[in-house]
Amino acid sequence: MSMLHRSSRRRAAAVVAAAGALALVAGCGGSDESVTGGGKKDGKVTITVGLYGVMGFKETGLFEKYEKENPNVDVKVEVAGDEQTYYPALQTRLAAGKGLKDIQGIEIGRAKEIVETQADKFVDFSDVKGADHFLPWKQGQITTKDGKVLGLGTDIGPMAVCYRRDYFEKAGLPTDREEVAKLWAGDWKKYVEVGRTFKENFKGGDVAFMDAASGLFNAMVFGYPEQYYNAEGDLIYDTNPAVKEAWNLAADAAEDDLSAKLRQFQPGWDPGLANGTFATAVCPAWMLGHIREKAGEPNKGKWDIAKAPKGANWGGSFLGVVEQSPVKEEAKKLVAWLTAPEQQAHIFQQQGSVPSSQKALELPEVKKVTDEYFNNAPTGQIFGEAAQEIPDNQILGRKDGTIKDTISQGLALVEQGTSRDEAWKTTGERIKKAVR
Amino acid sequence: MATSTTKAQAGGAGRRGPSRTPGGDGTGRRRGALLHRLDVKGAPYAFVAPFFVVFAAFSFYPLLYTSWISLHRVELATLDVMEWVALDNYIELWNDSRFWNALGNTITIGIISTVPQLLMALGLAHLLNYRMRGSLFFRVASLVPYATSVGAAALVFTMIFERDFGMINWGLGLVGIDPVDWEADKWPAQLAISTIVIWRWTGYNALLYLAAMQAVPADRYEAAAIDGASRWKQFTHVTVPGIRSTIVFTIVLSTIGATQLFGEPLIFGQGPNGVTGGADNQYQTLGLLLYEEGWKNYQMGRSATVAWAMFLLLVLVFVAQRLIKRLRSRTS
Repeated sequence: MSMLHRSSRRRAAAVVAAAGALALVAGCGGSDESVTGGGKKDGKVTITVGLYGVMGFKETGLFEKYEKENPNVDVKVEVAGDEQTYYPALQTRLAAGKGLKDIQGIEIGRAKEIVETQADKFVDFSDVKGADHFLPWKQGQITTKDGKVLGLGTDIGPMAVCYRRDYFEKAGLPTDREEVAKLWAGDWKKYVEVGRTFKENFKGGDVAFMDAASGLFNAMVFGYPEQYYNAEGDLIYDTNPAVKEAWNLAADAAEDDLSAKLRQFQPGWDPGLANGTFATAVCPAWMLGHIREKAGEPNKGKWDIAKAPKGANWGGSFLGVVEQSPVKEEAKKLVAWLTAPEQQAHIFQQQGSVPSSQKALELPEVKKVTDEYFNNAPTGQIFGEAAQEIPDNQILGRKDGTIKDTISQGLALVEQGTSRDEAWKTTGERIKKAVR
Repeated sequence: MATSTTKAQAGGAGRRGPSRTPGGDGTGRRRGALLHRLDVKGAPYAFVAPFFVVFAAFSFYPLLYTSWISLHRVELATLDVMEWVALDNYIELWNDSRFWNALGNTITIGIISTVPQLLMALGLAHLLNYRMRGSLFFRVASLVPYATSVGAAALVFTMIFERDFGMINWGLGLVGIDPVDWEADKWPAQLAISTIVIWRWTGYNALLYLAAMQAVPADRYEAAAIDGASRWKQFTHVTVPGIRSTIVFTIVLSTIGATQLFGEPLIFGQGPNGVTGGADNQYQTLGLLLYEEGWKNYQMGRSATVAWAMFLLLVLVFVAQRLIKRLRSRTS
C-alpha cells in the first residue's frame, strides 16, 4: 500500500466528488454534512452517534440516562435500518472525511477491514482505564498489529436454537428445552437428523423444519477458529474443511426439503415468523428481539430456546470514535460508559443482546434473566454458557461479511433446485470477484 | 454563476454602447458597431451559459472523471489510492458472463416493461381523449402513479408479489393455480419488476399522448369520417400518424429509462438479493451490476467501467436508430 502514490487531500476530495456523481448515476445521493456535527459551545458538549439496526443503546434509554448524569452533554443519535446499508455509507464517509459522526458502530464482519485499511481514521482506546472487562477474544478483533485499539466491544452473538413447542409436540418430539437440547447435543448433523424425523412425523399443515439453510451454515462455520481466512490473511474458504462440512450439511438440509427457503432478515421471513411456517431457527441472542417482535403476541409462549449443538459466535459489534471528531475525549468517555459492565447488563435485561464483557456475564442479575416471551426460557443461563463455549481465538478476514452473504445466496440456489456442486462453483466465482 | 453574471454585464454594456456613440468620432462608431454585433451574436450564448456551466460541473466533469477512474483499480475505502490498469477493467467486463447476463436482463426487462406500457398508454390516451364526465379526474388519476416514489411503489409491489402471503399468489390459489415464487424464478421476477415499471409510467406516457392528440386538427377526423372511416381506422390512420413525433419521443425516453433501471429491482430483491439481482442474478440489470461492483465489492474502477458501458450502449442504440432511419428514408 505504501508503495502506491498517495496524493493530496484535495485530490481525494475530487475523487469523492466523482464517486458522488457515480452514486447519482446509481440513483442514491450522499449526505453532505460538515465534519461530525459534534462540538463544544458555551460549556455544552454535543456528541453525535451513528448506529445501525437495533443495538440497544437508544432502545433502552441509555443515552437519556447519560445526558441526565452529565447535564452538559447532548447526544445526537442517527440509526440506519440495517448494517448492509450502513457500512457502504460509512466507507464513503471515511474516504470523504465528511458526514461522519463522532462515534460510529462497527460490526464484527467489518472489523478486520477497518483494522487493516482505516486504522488511522479512528482514535486509540488502549489508554482507556477500566476497559479490561471484556471476553478474552473480543478486543483482539478490533486491535491493529501494533496495538492500537479502535473501539470497545458492545455485544456478542452466542447461539442457541429457537424452536416451536407446539410443532415439536405435533411431530411427536420432546418439548422440554433440556430434552430438546439432548436430541442434537454435540453435533449439528443430529440437528438435521431431527429435521428429517420432524418432516416425516409432523401432521398439521405445511411447516418446514428450519427457516433457511444459510442459518445452519452460519451457525456451524462460526464455531470454528478459522473460517474464510487464515491467520496470515490468506483466503482459505475453498480448502477449509470446516466450510466444506458446513456447506455440505446445509445442502443436505436444503435437498431434503427441510427449509422454508426463506431469506433471513428479509421481508418474507417476517410473515413466516408471524404465521409459523417453520419450526426452528438457529438464533444468535440478538435475534430474539426480532422474533419477539415479528412473531408477535399471538405466538407468545409457543417459542422456546434450547442449547445449540456447538458453541459459536455470530455477530456482535464495537463502538469507535473517529479521528476527525472535535470532542474525542468526551466521545471516548461516552463509549467507555456505554460498554461498561453495568450498561451491558442493562441492555441484556431489557433487550437481550448478550454482553461482550466477562464481568457483565458474571453478574447475578444477568445470570438469572429469563425471557417471558420464549416460555420463560433462562436466557441468561443459556447464552451465558454458550458465550463461554465460543472459541477463544477467532480469525477474522477482510471480506468476511461479503463472503457470508455470497455463500448464503449459494445455499439459496441449492434450495431452489440447483445442484450443490454447481452452486458451489458459482459461489466460488462470485467470491473471487468480490475479494480482489 | 460568476461567469454568467460577468457575461450578462458585458451584454448589458453592449446594449448601452450605441446610445453613447452618435455624437462620437469614427473609432467610437466602430466600437459601437462591434459592441452591437457582440450583443446580437453573443447574448444568446450568455443566456444559455448558466446551463452549460452547471452541466460542465455536474455532468461533463463527472463523466470524464468516471472514465479516468475506470482506467484504474480503486477501492471505495481508499479513493485516493489509484493504480493504473489501462483497459484491463474493460477487457475483464467484456469477458465477464455477469455483464452479458445483466445486459440480457436489462434488454428483456426493458422490452417486457416498455412495449405493453406504451401500447396501454396509447389506448388510455385515446379513451381519455373522448368527451366524458370527470375527464379531469381521470387525467389526474392516471398521473398519480408517476408522482409516487420508486421506493414506495416497489415496496408495495414486493409485498403483493410475496411468495407465501402475497396477494397475487393468494388470488392464483383461489383459481387453483400453484403459488409462483416470484422472486426466485427468472421470468416471474422479471415480469414482476416490469409490472412496477408499467404501473408507474403508463399514466405519464398517456398524458403525453393525450396532449399530442389534442393538437391533431379536428377537421382531419371530420374528413376521415366523411370518407367512411371507422373509429379504429380513424385511430390508426389519423391519430397515430398525427402524434408520431411524440411516440418517438416516448420511445427514446423509455429506452433511456430501461437502460438505467435500478431502483425497482433493488427494492424488489430486498437486501443482498437486491444488490445481486436475485440469488442467481436472474434479474440483475446493468444498474445493479454497477452498484454491486461499487458498493458491495467496493471496486470503484470496475463500477465506473459498467457506468461507461451503459453510456456507450445508449450511444450505440442512438447510432443504430439514426442508421435505420436513414436507410428507411433512402428506400422510401
